[in-house]
Amino acid sequence: MSDAKKGDWVQIHEIVLKPEERTGKLPEDTKKVPLELWVKGFLNHDANLNDMVEITTLTGRIVKGELVSVNPRYEYGFGEEYVPEILKIGRQLRGILKGGDNK
Amino acid sequence: MMADISFNAVMNRKNEIMKKALGMDYSIYESGGIAFDYEKMMRDTGFGLSDVMKIQRETGVGNTPLLELKNLTELVRRISPKGKGARIFVKDEACNPSGSFKDRRASVSVYIAKKLGYKGVVAATSGNYGAAVASQAAMRNLDCIIVQECYDSRKIGQPEILEKQRKCECLGAEVVQLTVGPELFYTFLRILEDTGYFNASLYSTFGIAGVETLGYEIAMQCREMIGRDPDVVVATHAGGGNLTGTARGLIKAGAVNTKVIGASVDLKGLHMASDTAFNRKSFTTGHTGFGVPYATDPDHSDVPRSAARALRYMEDYLLVKQGEVFYITEALSQLEGMERGPAGNTSLTAAFALAQQLNEDKIIVVQETEYTGAGKHPLAQLSFAKKNGVEVKFGNPDEEIPGTNIILPEHPSLIKVRHADLGKMKKSYIKNAVKRANVSLISDKDIEFLMQDVKEDRKFVLSALNELGFNI
Repeated sequence: MSDAKKGDWVQIHEIVLKPEERTGKLPEDTKKVPLELWVKGFLNHDANLNDMVEITTLTGRIVKGELVSVNPRYEYGFGEEYVPEILKIGRQLRGILKGGDNK
Repeated sequence: MMADISFNAVMNRKNEIMKKALGMDYSIYESGGIAFDYEKMMRDTGFGLSDVMKIQRETGVGNTPLLELKNLTELVRRISPKGKGARIFVKDEACNPSGSFKDRRASVSVYIAKKLGYKGVVAATSGNYGAAVASQAAMRNLDCIIVQECYDSRKIGQPEILEKQRKCECLGAEVVQLTVGPELFYTFLRILEDTGYFNASLYSTFGIAGVETLGYEIAMQCREMIGRDPDVVVATHAGGGNLTGTARGLIKAGAVNTKVIGASVDLKGLHMASDTAFNRKSFTTGHTGFGVPYATDPDHSDVPRSAARALRYMEDYLLVKQGEVFYITEALSQLEGMERGPAGNTSLTAAFALAQQLNEDKIIVVQETEYTGAGKHPLAQLSFAKKNGVEVKFGNPDEEIPGTNIILPEHPSLIKVRHADLGKMKKSYIKNAVKRANVSLISDKDIEFLMQDVKEDRKFVLSALNELGFNI
């Protein structure tokens, strides 16, 4: 069985420019890496992850690239850990307004 | 026949692609030298302020509330010398349909795209503008593609940009994401050429005309609430459109004595095209990495002549630190009950510093807020910064080093006014303008133009030109 079926919502990856093809005024670190692209769309044929595939994007563009994800989720949030420093700010400011330390 | 899609071939077709994608010919405004007819270019949108307002009402843009931040003003007065502490007001632009003032900027472009018969719109943006274009396109039944610079070479994405990807996709847009680098423009051109869609550029005349209503509303609301124009309007400055449009709107409202001041987050030392520095900054816009190059070389944007010309209108340029903006964002939540995105509070932070120097009877208007949420909340940003090796601590913000640490002020009184060197920026602008025009002779028309474009007198411009070897 393949990882993804025709019609599945997927994300693909493409190298737009290899490091040696890059141009312009780039810092040294960026010159060493390729210009990469990701886009989502509906898979045009059954395929496995890492296969070269073809998709149709939401605007109907046909794009080719490496299959990297099926039903990709949104992976960000409010941080992996609470930032306790934030707590100090509100307490300090409310204190100043209530007439405590103001310098 | 298939077009040659190699990098050089596409870049060589740049002007042709742009002309088709913008529906206008910029060459008619050129003088052949440094000067071009900026005001004619702006008039040729064909829309007056009331037309723009009508277009914006159709999609629920504008007419946002102007709110007085009484507790924040009181806080300023507690930490300032007696008699100091200007009143701070904020224009709550987060109330626009997609959550920022960028709806104003997108509204006219998308309207025009529809009117001219384009099937869709494309914009190159990693910020709120993408959501705004997606939202306006949804309302006007147009397809939409947003091209983002999003990831570093490890495929680690800025949480704020990832949130913008989600928002654009949820509004029905297609999002194309790239790693760091200015060659994004190549991908952008290819998409314009492939689709035949409209380039909803941030820097087109339509984009700027859309922001004029913001300045106009501020003047009108101030007159209604306090009976006069504000003394100062602070605008976050990046590409220059926010400040330019707002200033033009204030002038159109007759608020000619209101000072317009720009504010940016100081990211000195971080290279904007650096793969490793990309995720070591907590602000993806509103910072000096855009603010300085766009003010000093506005015409390097994605249109032949940018309608965003900040130095024409900016009377002062204040720099704030990343830690200060996070601190003030928290202050806005805790003291005013308003949770708003950090980047939009850049101008509020500058206003907080400036208010400490101005008398109590002065009025400062901060001209925007933006929505907040997962990815673009201080918790998300600070947590991400820590994970990428940036130290977060309390201390004196003057000691903040972008990319190395984020210093939350130990006390609000440490948030102080810091002026950028506007004189130096104006000279740099003149140098770039001369270089771009590639001329050996400078006409009187060019001098007049430069005076207007840097808001300086003849003496200043002549002296700058003399330093460049032009003996006039």
